[in-house]
Amino acid sequence: MNFLLWLSNFIIPVTVLMIIVFGCFKRVNLYEAFLEGAKEGLQTVVDILPTLIGLLVAVEVVRAGGLLDCMTYLLRPLEDWFGFPAELAPLTLVRLISSSAAMGLMTDLFTQFGPDSFLGRVASVMMSCTETVFYTMSLYFLSVHITKTRHTLFCALAANLVGVWIALVLVAEVFGR
Amino acid sequence: MLNVIWGFFLIGGILMGAFLGRMDLVTNAVISGGRSALELAFTMAGVVATWAGILKIAEKGGMIDLLEEKMAPFLNFLFPTVPSGHPARRYIAANFVANFLGLGWAATPAGLLAMKELAKLNGETGRASNAMCMFLVVNMSSLQLVTVNIIAYRAEYGSAAPAEIVGVGIAATLVTTFVGIMLAKLLEGREKK
Repeated sequence: MNFLLWLSNFIIPVTVLMIIVFGCFKRVNLYEAFLEGAKEGLQTVVDILPTLIGLLVAVEVVRAGGLLDCMTYLLRPLEDWFGFPAELAPLTLVRLISSSAAMGLMTDLFTQFGPDSFLGRVASVMMSCTETVFYTMSLYFLSVHITKTRHTLFCALAANLVGVWIALVLVAEVFGR
Repeated sequence: MLNVIWGFFLIGGILMGAFLGRMDLVTNAVISGGRSALELAFTMAGVVATWAGILKIAEKGGMIDLLEEKMAPFLNFLFPTVPSGHPARRYIAANFVANFLGLGWAATPAGLLAMKELAKLNGETGRASNAMCMFLVVNMSSLQLVTVNIIAYRAEYGSAAPAEIVGVGIAATLVTTFVGIMLAKLLEGREKK
């Protein structure tokens, strides 16, 4: 288990090393190429800045105004009907909107129930197999001025819902409730 | 669609704040939202620039072409409308690989470049192409195989076996990605030109 944590320390430096060594062999002007890319990267960040501001203002307003809590509350009958643990509902919703807020909720669950509890494990798996849909979609689509997003949202939401469900099923199957 | 969601977030958030008597918090949110975005962009700028620079070296050395070649069957299936040899395919390949490895920050610049190239193919329509939808659906279905940050959190909160969820996590990630791809394929229909 510590092996994975140890390995994770190696992923980034080794990736960089491989790319640089490869570049050396191919006689790339390393530093020049780096500067060219870095400049483009900075430009990209500047380009997406307005999107980012709009996004975070909306997300913070939703959280501060209590709209998220309200949506969680409204979904409760549906969850009971499906036998979905109520403790995981906020995480499921928040995960779609903000990654950092979702991490906070996950650690709340860890503190309350422990990371090795059923809920703690399901939360961990859920976080692994889902993604911040709202953030990703806004960022990528608005960066190229796309407003008609067609079936993207539906597919992403469906994949995330399936992810939550499969996390519940697999954890119950592998570790027991 | 994004306009609708964004509007709903703000209108709903503010009305709900008024209803629950949390207008002070909403005020703070309106003011601090922009600031946290700038702070995020500030942190992001350094990392994204670094990875974009490294990516450029990989691109010039032909490493990304190599990745693209290896992934060709997969890319052909997902993006039949993107001709082989098109730069979009290289960036998509780089984005997927960075996602697999959990290098989220490295995936973003490649992903944005991929969208730019896909937009060139699409023309200035404002309507997403099949390739764009597929690319984002795959990205949003989560590709990361080993979620290191979650393992780290589990360790920090006293888990007896922090990495025990890795296997289940990989299985679940494969399922979500599969479901996302299949749904996108089903719904995409023929491309209007």
